[in-house]
Amino acid sequence: MPRTASKTTRKRSKPYTVTSSDTDHVPSASSKTKKSSKENDEKYKLFNKYANTSSGVIDPEGIEKLCSKLKVSHTDIKILMLAWKMKSERQGYFTKAEWRRALKALKVDTTKKLKKALPELEKEVRKPLNFADFYAYAFRYCLTDERQNCIDIETICQLLDMVLGSTFRDQVDHFVDYLKIQNDYKVSTMDQWMGFYRFCNEISFPDMTNYSLELAWPLILDNFFEWMREKQA
Amino acid sequence: MSSGQNPNIVTMEKGFDLIDAAVIKLKRILEGKPEPDFVPGEYIGNYTTVYNMCIQKPPHDWSQQLYEKYGSIFKDYATHTVLPSIMEKHDEYMLRELSRRWDINKIMVRWLSRFFFYLDRYFTVRRSFPSLTQVGMTSFRDHVYNNVHFNVKQVIIALIHKEREGQQIDRALLKNVLDIFVENGIGSMKRYEDDFEDFFLQESASYYSRRSSRWIQEDSCPEVAHYLHSDTEPKLVDIMQTHLLVLVAKQLLEKENSGCSALLRDDKTDDLSRMYRLYHAIPKGLEPVAEAFRLHVTAEGNALIKQAEDAATSGSVEEQVLVRKIIDLHDKYMVYVMDCFQNHTLFHKALKEAFEVFCNKKVAGSSSAELLATFCDNLFRKAGNDKSNDDSTIEATIDSVVKLLDYISDKDLFAEFYRKKQARRLLFGKFNDDHERSILTKLKGQFGGQFTSKMEGMVTDMQLAKDHQTGFEEYINGKPKVVDFTVTVLTTGFWPSYKTSDLNLPVEMVNCIESFKAYYAIKTNHRRLMWIYSLGTCNLNGRFDSKPIELIVSTYQAAVLCAFNNTERLTYQELLEQVNLNHEDLVRVLHSLSCAKYKFLNKQPASKTISKTDSFEFNSKFTDKMRRIKVPLPPVDDRKKVVEDVDKDRRYAIDASLVRIMKSRKVLPHQQLVSECVEQLSRMFKPDIKMIKKRIEDLITRDYLERDTENPNTFKYVA
Repeated sequence: MPRTASKTTRKRSKPYTVTSSDTDHVPSASSKTKKSSKENDEKYKLFNKYANTSSGVIDPEGIEKLCSKLKVSHTDIKILMLAWKMKSERQGYFTKAEWRRALKALKVDTTKKLKKALPELEKEVRKPLNFADFYAYAFRYCLTDERQNCIDIETICQLLDMVLGSTFRDQVDHFVDYLKIQNDYKVSTMDQWMGFYRFCNEISFPDMTNYSLELAWPLILDNFFEWMREKQA
Repeated sequence: MSSGQNPNIVTMEKGFDLIDAAVIKLKRILEGKPEPDFVPGEYIGNYTTVYNMCIQKPPHDWSQQLYEKYGSIFKDYATHTVLPSIMEKHDEYMLRELSRRWDINKIMVRWLSRFFFYLDRYFTVRRSFPSLTQVGMTSFRDHVYNNVHFNVKQVIIALIHKEREGQQIDRALLKNVLDIFVENGIGSMKRYEDDFEDFFLQESASYYSRRSSRWIQEDSCPEVAHYLHSDTEPKLVDIMQTHLLVLVAKQLLEKENSGCSALLRDDKTDDLSRMYRLYHAIPKGLEPVAEAFRLHVTAEGNALIKQAEDAATSGSVEEQVLVRKIIDLHDKYMVYVMDCFQNHTLFHKALKEAFEVFCNKKVAGSSSAELLATFCDNLFRKAGNDKSNDDSTIEATIDSVVKLLDYISDKDLFAEFYRKKQARRLLFGKFNDDHERSILTKLKGQFGGQFTSKMEGMVTDMQLAKDHQTGFEEYINGKPKVVDFTVTVLTTGFWPSYKTSDLNLPVEMVNCIESFKAYYAIKTNHRRLMWIYSLGTCNLNGRFDSKPIELIVSTYQAAVLCAFNNTERLTYQELLEQVNLNHEDLVRVLHSLSCAKYKFLNKQPASKTISKTDSFEFNSKFTDKMRRIKVPLPPVDDRKKVVEDVDKDRRYAIDASLVRIMKSRKVLPHQQLVSECVEQLSRMFKPDIKMIKKRIEDLITRDYLERDTENPNTFKYVA
């Protein structure tokens, strides 16, 4: 089918829901510009502390450094949230513009202040409207290739744990158990990823009495449901 | 005149005396006692008495008293005479007495209301009192009817029961009495209903419940009694049908000796026709019968399937036997549907549903689609040999096959198996062009051109191949001699896909190939020929010691055998290199030449299987009584591949269907999308719901569809 070829190269941009990162200040008066440029200097100084001087971006090494300063593990969800806040496009790397965006939105310019701002950031991200967007972002962030549109099951398990573990512990544990033993899928698509989230929000667990095979749940969840039922029997 | 009595004034006492006398006379007349009739003078006299008593000025206007007197006449009569006379009688006599007394009352009301007529002129009207007639009638009701109706009803019902049991009863009497019930409702049917009908219907219900089964067997549908009020008839029929047929229906149908199943089992077509007629009258009455029919046919079909499973030895099903039996079953019960069941749609449907159940069962691992295809294959192969199978029989069988195919849901699977087998028939042996075309025409008529287009193309190819062969032979006429060579050119799209191989042909064959290539290049433009050696056959002369024998072998086998033209002995490895077959094929070929029935090659070591370390020698000592030997190369088991191919095609078909639907509907909820997809594809196969779901997800990933952001159970087409 010739259509497939053209379709996969097309990069679909999912519409973003309202995020606080959108609300960047628009500089209007010249005095403001002067002030903001001074602030920018601070942010750039901070940036340079972690950035790789040759590539001009903060690379995984730099992020490690940042994490140890912030006293969080680099697998901590808060780093992912930070990435989301700065709309980072590439996993493991922060560009200057992205860095500035985040720090500006968080209103911080030192590592110490950034550390203090993280809990607030988490609270903000966990707001329902934001979290849905963050959740979708988490998937896209893990895609390493422009043409790639799915993630291997192993990574999905880790991601589920990181992103949903604290709020939906029970579901995540069971999901992960199932994903590890099933053979139908070696990779997971965005649609399936979003399906997990919907499942956690809408389906009572572990009874799953309001789940129905007749609905349009992704097949992987139908299989999960049947697997759970068998276990419960 | 102020004081003193006017001698013309009628006093109340005087008036009443006159009236009493008249009443006594009237009663005597009505009761049939000897009494002369009223003469006009008396009649007028009575009327005038009342008239005067009414028009007199107060205190002598006796209207009120007259009215009361009138009422009490009836009451007294009823209480003292009428009621006792009825109550002292029993059974029919009571009914007769009631009927008689009722008639008397009616006449009495008529006469007395004429005597007292003047009251109706002004008095009753002015005071809005009941009219004289009303008084007369209600009096009867209140003082007679109310006291007797219970007993009367008992008698009536007993009489009806008697009649049901076959005895004669006085129907006219019953009618009269029941009319009394009606009329004592005085404008409403309530008395009739409450005092009689309800009891009657209740009693009838229990009566029919008790008697129902016996009656069904005797096929007596009792007539509705005509003495009942016309309102009762439909209610009675309803009760009858409910109790007689519907409620007992299930038991009736399942009843061991006389139920529907038993009738079907014992082929009692007459009884079945009768049962059909009986139940046809009831709304929804046929449904349980059709259900019983469906269950019966399903059970018979399942039994055939089980029989075939049990009989299948070494995994091979005797499909000729099974399909024949199913065809016979179908013919038998189709006759039932058309005759006993009057071609009723319910029964056509029942037959269809029954067949759809067992016609889709697997038998010893083979799908029904495959079995039917094999059946056709054998039918055509044997057609030439079996003289008893003349053309018309074959045609009839073809018709039956097409009918059966309708019940099979995996029609695309049948098509694929059929196509594969048809290919073998066309390429390897004699085939009857008429038969091949006949079945394809019929399949096309039933399932559409797309279903048969490839198969038709194949048959046409065979015809064209003949033409090409003639042309080729003309062409090589003048050219250097090549071995006799026949080529069949197949159009790629129509035929099943075959593997090509880089077989190293003996040089003689290479020459043949080259010359045909040259011929073909002249005849056609820009066509590439792909040589499928696995389908070829070769006639070899085997120069054995005792006598030469002609061997008819496949091209692969020929290539291997010809390798020994130049060398006495070859190892497996050497053969592999020389002939250039893959391992699987070489093993098969060598096995057929050295380990099977005819050992043209000697194998070392002489084990039953081919191993890569074996070596082979031409067996010059081979001989056989025949001069010509056909060596079959066992075909590779196609089944798995066919199923795989069909599954692949189905995935494409589902994708195409989904996209088509979404393109036209733009937005559609999941369930509707699935059901429309199933419907679209149902002509060819029954798609697995999970497979559809998987294809939908695939289409989402490929950006053909997306979920609606508001409602994730709805999909939108992505333009």
